[in-house]
Amino acid sequence: MMNGLNWKRYLLWFANEHTHFRINEIESLRSLFGIQMKWVEKNHHEPFCIVDIPTEEDVLKIASRSVSLRSCIELWACGAKLGDLHNNLKLLPVEQLASYFKPELSFKIKVETFCKSQTQEEKVAKIESFSYLPLCGPVKLKNPDIKLELIEYYGLDSNNIPDEPYQVFFGRWVADGQRDLISKLSLKTRKFIGNTSMDPQLSLLMANQAKVKEGDLILDPFVGTGSLLVAAAQFGGYVLGTDIDYLMLHGKTRPTRIQQKKQREKDESVRTNMKQYGIENRYLDVLVADSSLPLWHSAMRLDAIITDPPYGIREATERIGSTKDYQIEEKHLANHIPSKIEYGLQQIFFDLLKLAVEHLKPQGRLVCWIPVVRNDYCESKLPSHPCLQLVANSEQQLTIFTSRRLLTYEKICEHETHLPPNVDLSTAEFRAKFFRYGEEVRKHRKQQKELAMNLSKATVTEKDKMYEDKSGRYRSS
Amino acid sequence: MKLLTHNMLTSKCMKGVTVGYPLGIVAKDIKVSETEFNSEFVSRIIPKLDWNALWKAADSIGHSGDLPQQLMEDYENNEEFLKKVHHVLLEVEIINGELVCPESGRKFPISQGIPNMLLNEDEL
Repeated sequence: MMNGLNWKRYLLWFANEHTHFRINEIESLRSLFGIQMKWVEKNHHEPFCIVDIPTEEDVLKIASRSVSLRSCIELWACGAKLGDLHNNLKLLPVEQLASYFKPELSFKIKVETFCKSQTQEEKVAKIESFSYLPLCGPVKLKNPDIKLELIEYYGLDSNNIPDEPYQVFFGRWVADGQRDLISKLSLKTRKFIGNTSMDPQLSLLMANQAKVKEGDLILDPFVGTGSLLVAAAQFGGYVLGTDIDYLMLHGKTRPTRIQQKKQREKDESVRTNMKQYGIENRYLDVLVADSSLPLWHSAMRLDAIITDPPYGIREATERIGSTKDYQIEEKHLANHIPSKIEYGLQQIFFDLLKLAVEHLKPQGRLVCWIPVVRNDYCESKLPSHPCLQLVANSEQQLTIFTSRRLLTYEKICEHETHLPPNVDLSTAEFRAKFFRYGEEVRKHRKQQKELAMNLSKATVTEKDKMYEDKSGRYRSS
Repeated sequence: MKLLTHNMLTSKCMKGVTVGYPLGIVAKDIKVSETEFNSEFVSRIIPKLDWNALWKAADSIGHSGDLPQQLMEDYENNEEFLKKVHHVLLEVEIINGELVCPESGRKFPISQGIPNMLLNEDEL
């Protein structure tokens, strides 16, 4: 289908997870490649969108990076029913599709039914309904020149599947997204992981949000096991990381893998992870350093900062310091391990935004997670700075009460960089509220359980009398 | 630690240090390896470098090679030059040694290629 501007129409089919992140990812990639695009159907819930794009080359660029995209079809016709689709398809001018019907081109027609199964007979019948198409070439089931696809969409509720699809689409397959990278970089097979390593899908999404491109300089100031740097390097970035945890960076913390014995292998490090995936040449350095302190030359400029700061739940949030005031004696200095004090979330984000404002290049991006209490959340209370524009904000729910949000900030000016960032008190309160809510949920569950026990006790007969055993469990005698 | 990283690093986290740049290098173990040359990356990074500090640092550990002390004009198209820069920035690594603050003399250890920039509480 073409519109007046001579652009082409494409159906983008997405994976059915992390639904809030898709559109932001596509927008970031569009911006990265300088692609013009028009959203014809911009769905936030359905796993597909329809866009108009000037050239197929543009679509291939997006597909070469997107991990939320399953596949992309050049959309020839669609409709609420298969009959409508055929009518629309027949209305297309012959010349438009003629180049795909040449006798030397092999083809195949695939039928996909989203959220419903189909029998072989049904599938064959649907394929044969397209027999009016002037396909002259031979049928080839494996790797044909032209792959045509009929997609039937039956909704998202597997408990309520309609007899007829809600929508049907037909067109030529153009490209798949990069979801293969997700298993390639899987944490299950990665050499060096920890309990806060970010899963590959989200790491790659973050690298796309940061618009990482070949030759970019990327920093993660809370690098941990380097999962975000692996993703950035995968997309061409040269990567730097800092972390306050000396043992972590030297691969000497307790292993988090269940099967692993008491010690990590000798060469576990961020660097070996990158070597594992053949991207060691993009590893610059990791340093043990405190992100609350200035470290870098004032002229140092980064293309992006990609990070997942500690939330203070599983990992402590800390920086070097002491509430006591004392001098360390000379003789103790060599073996002294500096004590750490609590480094609240509010301060973490203050320092992080300050780092971004001071060291991002113009239009450079800061991509980071922030934990929020859902009831208290409000976008205007997110950390902010006059030089940073919030360009994307997607939520991933963690518990009933909490979620984390992936924020993408872009540096929009240089002249107010000396101003301090604004970090609302609500950010500081996250940790306390997380534990308090958790406590309330546990108390509530305990009360419910006791109520249920008392109820069953009241109606019990002599024979069924329950007794409490040594471990406090109720058993029948 | 690579010389590219050294070129961007300061000790200004320390109390009383104003600039803390460039850090001196005491190298005990150096490793020279071969990494893939990316001319685009090198030519983009050159304008961000303190060239003088780079040359001095490389020279202080005996690895300046035939890298010129002054940055030449029109380097973007000079592949031979870019390769020399690539070598000094990315292929020479300090595995064990120290970084030295130019103002206070405080030493920051480097072990397994990783510098430790953590301060003690009384240095903040």
